[in-house]
Amino acid sequence: MLKVTDLHAEINGREILRGINLEVRPGEVHAIMGPNGSGKSTLSMVLAGNPAYTPTSGSVEFYGKDLLAMEPEVRSHEGVFLGFQYPVEIPGVSMVNFMRAAVNAKREYFNQPPMTATEFLKMMREKRAVVELDNKLASRSVNEGFSGGEKKRNEIFQMAVLEPRLSILDETDSGLDIDALRVVAEGVNKLKTENNATIVITHYQRLLDYIRPDFVHILYKGRIVRTGGPELALELEERGYDWIKEENPE
Amino acid sequence: MNPLEQYLELYRSHRDEIDANGAPVLNALRDDAFRRLEGMTLPARGDENFENIDPGAMLAPDYGINLRKAPIEFDPGMTFRCDVPLASQSVMMNVNDTFAAATDAYDSLPDGVDVGSLREFARLSPAEVAEYYGRIADPGNPVVALDTLLAQDGLYLRVRRGVRLERPLQLVNILTGTAPLMAVRRMLVIIEDEAECKLVACDHTQRDDLDMLALETVEIHVGRRARFDYCHIEESSRKTSRLSTLYLRQQEASSVNIDGMTLFNGTTRNEYHCRFEGENAGLRLYGMGIEDKERVISTYTHIDHAVPRCKSDELFKFTVDDSASGAFTGRIHVAPGAVGTEAYQANRNLVGSPEARMNSKPQLEIYNDDVKCSHGCAIGQLDPMQVFYMRTRGLTEAEARLLLRQAFMSDVIAAVDVPSLRDRLHMLAERRFAGMETACGRQCAAGKCNK
Ligand SMILES: Nc1ncnc2c1ncn2[C@@H]1O[C@H](COP(=O)(O)OP(=O)(O)O)[C@@H](O)[C@H]1O
Ligand SMILES: [Mg+2]
Repeated sequence: MLKVTDLHAEINGREILRGINLEVRPGEVHAIMGPNGSGKSTLSMVLAGNPAYTPTSGSVEFYGKDLLAMEPEVRSHEGVFLGFQYPVEIPGVSMVNFMRAAVNAKREYFNQPPMTATEFLKMMREKRAVVELDNKLASRSVNEGFSGGEKKRNEIFQMAVLEPRLSILDETDSGLDIDALRVVAEGVNKLKTENNATIVITHYQRLLDYIRPDFVHILYKGRIVRTGGPELALELEERGYDWIKEENPE
Repeated sequence: MNPLEQYLELYRSHRDEIDANGAPVLNALRDDAFRRLEGMTLPARGDENFENIDPGAMLAPDYGINLRKAPIEFDPGMTFRCDVPLASQSVMMNVNDTFAAATDAYDSLPDGVDVGSLREFARLSPAEVAEYYGRIADPGNPVVALDTLLAQDGLYLRVRRGVRLERPLQLVNILTGTAPLMAVRRMLVIIEDEAECKLVACDHTQRDDLDMLALETVEIHVGRRARFDYCHIEESSRKTSRLSTLYLRQQEASSVNIDGMTLFNGTTRNEYHCRFEGENAGLRLYGMGIEDKERVISTYTHIDHAVPRCKSDELFKFTVDDSASGAFTGRIHVAPGAVGTEAYQANRNLVGSPEARMNSKPQLEIYNDDVKCSHGCAIGQLDPMQVFYMRTRGLTEAEARLLLRQAFMSDVIAAVDVPSLRDRLHMLAERRFAGMETACGRQCAAGKCNK
């Protein structure tokens, strides 16, 4: 579904991604790990289409289409979802209105009529259950005053609502206690099918105890320097990141 | 030529007519205003607190003024229906400069509420009106002096001691006619001790192809433990100018809310001069302006904490796009003896284009230590991360910006204390941000608005 070839990208004139190659097929779970500052969030932003980042060379195909040529909202409609490392607070815009706008935008893209209020509320109820998201949060402004854990649950809730084909979850585990981590991970697993795929970006291996990856990639200084199976994550857990740094000097 | 000269000349030559169609209480102040104006000039752009607006130029054109109070042909059914958020409420109207009540306006009012034409009340109860008319408006302000020189009518509202009006009163100000016109109005509000009242006023211009100017002076007296809510909404036209100067005096333990909502305008100057004269009083003064194209708004507020233990809460928000311009000056004065004062002021602005201008100027003068004060002003753009976040969920950039701009104004609207009006304002702001070209009034004339 996703084919990233020799992708380079920069922000504010500084090259951060320096030749990424990555292929993801339906049904797969990929983990991307790497020390802070290696470019993991940058990769997720570039795939989701943040206009602050400029892809300078290389290509990204999504189901055969040129992903980089699409507006962020079109990528969303086509099935790319980004769970943000730092979910954005939007005071004054209620979760309900936001989700209704999101759902109906997608339906419009596929020439479907807007959902009725009843259908929509029923759907919201079902999806909330996936991550045990408190009903009260739905009437609040998007992410405003949410705890760290609530923000991350809210990302997975939105993922459940939008039913993406490819989910990129950027450090969805960071800042979560063990209970919250389990709820979030179980939510992700419930949404998993053989037709969709997930890229989990994480700094620690503990998330991977819950979400079993098929592939683990190590991103360092804007390149994937190593790819392996789940055992690679365990090796990282044991040895830390220093050996990666030593193997890949300036 | 000094633009005041034409008005002084008008007064010299038509004084009898002005008086004959006014009322003795109003006429009594004209000579003083005339003498003062002879030595004055109108403020011009670039003067202090007139960064983006030019009252001299606004008053320079040769407008028609209906000094004879000739009846205006006017079909109220067209414009005002859609502007009435309080559907079941009786509605009063000012057509240009003349009060014209809807016939059932007074039927449902309790005893102890005098509301109607200022001219009529000034003729019927001169002593009562004279006690308050022109008492707090500053005759040294040339725009006010000009209003005093020429005003013949407007709204009079008096709620007597202890009388509480549950339902809001509504006043619709309509500018109409077939030639450029200046409407000189006056508003005098007296809320006596322990009385309560809410007033919603909205400004509309019926034709958008004529130059119109509304010159308005508002005086509001609020007695001890009294409550007054005043929400003003402007939905005029690109060619409408508005020069409004409001004076408020609050007595002990009174509570006042003022909301100034500018949804559609041309060139607008709103001044609010507020003063606490009794302790433990509270004022909430909020406002917003949605400015695009070449619209201009200038807001000046002055809150005078003259006595101890009063609280003021001020919030103004503006969006300026295209080549629109906005200016906000917020003066807060805390007197040396006004201990225990709380004064909060915020002015937040979204600037949406490189040609748009916004000027923000907080001016705090605090002369004692025992106060809680804060002020903040911010001029910025929509947060690109918020826009991007929304787009990753499938909203277009335009939809995201629309929601964010509505959200920006939502706290100002949420503070309005009339629920049905709040809903109406949310809807109007949404339509406005969605880029709807016409003011509500004209859409309604096309029959689209009442759904
Ligand atoms: N807005 C920005 N301007 C300049 N450099 C940035 C910006 N955002 C991130 N970077 C830099 O890009 C590099 C990669 O950051 P990031 O993708 O967030 O890494 P990771 O998610 O792996 O921790 C870092 O060196 C960071 O300092
Ligand atoms: Mg990161």
